[in-house]
Order: sequence, then structure tokens, then C-alpha cells
Amino acid sequence: MIYRKRWLPPLVIGVCLAAMRVTASQAPQQSSATPAAQQSPASPPAATPPGAATSAPGEQKTPTTPARTGLNVVVLDPAHGGTDLGARGTGGIHESDIVLEFAAQVRTSLESQGFQVVQTRQGNANPSFDDRSAMANAQRGAIFVTLHIASTGTPGTARVYVMNDLAPGADATGLIPWDRAQAPFVSLSRKLGDQVQGLLAQRFKGSPPMAQTASVRQLRTTAAPAIAVEISSVTVEDRAQLDHMAPGVADAIARGAAAFRPTYVVPANPGERP
Amino acid sequence: MMLPRWRRWFVAALFLAVVIAAIYLPILRRNIKQAAKLQQRSEEQARRELTQPTVINPGDPKVKAKLFWASGADDGTVSAVIVELPLASDPVLRSKQVLNTLLAGPVDIELRTLPPDAALLAFYLLPDGTAIADFSEALGTSIPSGIESEQMAVDSISKTLEANVPQIRRLKILIHGQEVETLAGHLDLSQAFVVNANAPIGPRAATSEAPASAGAAAQQLTPAATAVKLAASPDKPAAKP
Repeated sequence: MIYRKRWLPPLVIGVCLAAMRVTASQAPQQSSATPAAQQSPASPPAATPPGAATSAPGEQKTPTTPARTGLNVVVLDPAHGGTDLGARGTGGIHESDIVLEFAAQVRTSLESQGFQVVQTRQGNANPSFDDRSAMANAQRGAIFVTLHIASTGTPGTARVYVMNDLAPGADATGLIPWDRAQAPFVSLSRKLGDQVQGLLAQRFKGSPPMAQTASVRQLRTTAAPAIAVEISSVTVEDRAQLDHMAPGVADAIARGAAAFRPTYVVPANPGERP
Repeated sequence: MMLPRWRRWFVAALFLAVVIAAIYLPILRRNIKQAAKLQQRSEEQARRELTQPTVINPGDPKVKAKLFWASGADDGTVSAVIVELPLASDPVLRSKQVLNTLLAGPVDIELRTLPPDAALLAFYLLPDGTAIADFSEALGTSIPSGIESEQMAVDSISKTLEANVPQIRRLKILIHGQEVETLAGHLDLSQAFVVNANAPIGPRAATSEAPASAGAAAQQLTPAATAVKLAASPDKPAAKP
């Protein structure tokens, strides 16, 4: 009995160490379950956020990792907030409140698809359009989804909007102007928009089959595939009608993003067009 | 029992005062009402003068103008309605005429795309074909908030101008003389909208003198000027895809 007790502790320690090594080697790359990981970009920034210095042209020529990572981050933007209530319904329904609740469901659905989610606002804040775009532009391999509730349209329908064609604005250094950051991503945004809109049309009868174009301010300064999802509408008499739409909208966005993932090859070098 | 003399005079004076008041008060009341009505009328007159529709010259030839209002299909689209109007040949006057008719709204008010209390305050056309339409604040404050409704409003304005004023290449929308970021929180008004990219650029100067700020705003709209401005501006960083 004394003999067994002597060799037991080293054996237990050895087994623990071995288990830790196995666990470490099999750890999933998708760390979406931890809140800290959700807020931090998985890869280097793809765009220069406002206020940050831009890199010199010479620095872009330095060889970078040739790995071409795929889409793994979704920047989710519940529109409006703070004093900006957005669309207001007769029953005291405010767009800014509802999109925040929709965002929570969309986030859960996206995380179940393995995406990291960065939200532009958590509570009743109202970041500027540029601040929201900067959150997306600071990610590599991200898409941007802004959520809205309309005050028009057939209640119970949902529409996806992508930016109109923008004149490309890249200069000799490969940088594109902030004001036209969406320009190189318009065709990708359209692909993503069509994926999501197709799923929304299946779920919500009366919704258009394809994404529509509009000059949405929030999309213009976003350097990533970007869509605006607008639900109709704040004019419903009973708020529960909107609440019932949330799971369907969340599922369509998450499945649309997952279907879009293989088609989005993130440029390996900064300054490269998608 | 006889009242003293001074009391009789006092009572008589009081009686007289009551009689005068009974006659005067209704007159005073009527005068106040009339003054209020006059003031209201002058305010309305001032508003009308400010937003006075362009005078239609009966000598102008009647043409079939295409005005774009909501299609009614509830799909966010606008469709053309043919309206016979005497339109001036001058592009600025013509633009004011069609926009004022557009603001007046269709017969079916459900098909409105612009708020009924919105007004066109000014309209300019620059030699490079950039039109500047200055609307009252009601355009932004009274329109139903949302991407669909705001896009329909801009579509109805730009398509109406495209169909009736071939000289216009681009359209810049101002609200009460100011450049604004969005119409009602969604649609981007900081950029100009392409109306007709193939419109001929003529040497024609603007009929109405464009204000310096409007001219400056329009100057910033050309892609080259924007690129230079942004490249030189340290507070507008560049983005890399």
C-alpha cells in the first residue's frame, strides 16, 4: 500500500500534463464562445480607422503572409441609438430599441455558424456613421450588416439593400478614399445581399427575391462586403408581430453569411482589391 | 332714505361705465380677432411668397411631362404619370415647375413620395450640368423614416428631372441651404445623384445666381476634386480593402 502511494502522484501529474497538451492541440480556431474574443479581430486590420495614421506606400510593398484567410468576422450594426430613435410607430415602437433586440438574436445565430461577432453598439449609444464603419474597416475578413426597421412597406416583409455603384477611387498608392471605401466591395456586397434576400423571401412572403440598391449612408464608408437589412415596419399595431420576425431574420442572415463565406477570399496583402 | 347727492352721481357713473363697457368690449374682441387673422394671413402670405410656385407662362407650349410618384405596388418603386403642363424652355424654370408639381402630389395621396409640407426653396443649375435643389426642412423632418421611403423620395425627384430637363447631369440636394449627411437618417445626401450621365455639358450659365456655398458644394462633387480634397485632408483617412 505504501509502495503504491509513492508512484501515484507523479502518475496523476503526468496524466494531467498529457491531457492539457491534447486539449491545446485540438482547441477550435473559432473562439466565438468567449466574449473577449468576440470583440477582438482575429487578424490584422484591413483598413485604417479614422484618426489613425496611414502607412507609407513603401511599407505596403513589404512581403506579408501569403495566407488568404476566409470570412470569419461579422460586424453587426443596430442602427440609430441614443437620441436618434429612428423610425417611430404609433404604438410607441422605436426603431433604435427593436434593432438592438434583433441584433441579439442575429448574433446568436451567427455565432452558431462559427462567426465572431462585433457589435457597433451594445446599449443606447449612438456612434457616428464613420465610427461604425471604422469598426468594420479595422477587421480583416469581415462582412458588415446594418439592421433597420422601416416606417413603410408591407408589414411582415424584409428587404436587403446594397450600395449603388460607386466610382472607384484608388490612387497610385493603392489606398482608396474613406468616402468611397465601399467601391471595391460593391459586387461582393451584392452577392451577399442576394444570398440573404433569397432566404428572407422564402421566410417572409411578399419580400423581394433579390437585394435592392440604395444610397445608404452607412454602407458607403465601409470597406467590406456590406448590406442593410430593413424590416417592415414600425406601423404594426402589435409589437409582437415584429418580435415574431426576429428568429427568421436572424436565421436568414446567419445562413446567408455562411453561404457567402466560400466565395469571399480575403486579399492577402493590404491594398489588394478583393 | 334719500341717497346723498354724491352717491347718486357715483351710481350713475358706474352705470354709465357698465353701459360703455358692454358696447366697447365686443368691438374690442372683434378687433383683436381681426388683428390675429391679419397676422396669420401675412404669415401665410410670407410662406407662399417664399415657396411660391414658378409662374406658368400661358404662352409656354403645353408638353406631356413625366412625373414620378410611388407605383402603388408597395415594392419601393416609382412610376411615371403623364401630366400635361405648360413648361418653360429655360431649364431652371422648367425644373422648378416640374418639382413644384411633384411636391403638390398626385391625385391619390397614397402615392405621394414627398411630404405635403415640403417646399422647393431654390433651384440652381451650374454650367457643368450639376443641379442644386434646395428644399425646406420639412423634406427631412416630415418624410417617413426608412431606407425605402427615403430612396423613393430621391428617385421621384431625380427621375422627374431626368425625364423633363435633359440638361441636368447630376443632382445635389440641400436642406434649407445646408448640405446634410442624410435625408432622414438613412439615405446619403452628402453626395450628388447621377441624373443623366449623358446630358450635354453646355456653356450655359445658371439663370439664377447660385450662392457661393452652393457653388462650393457643387465644386466638391466632381470626382477629381473630391479625390484631391480627400488626399489632402488629414482628418479623412483612407481605407484599404
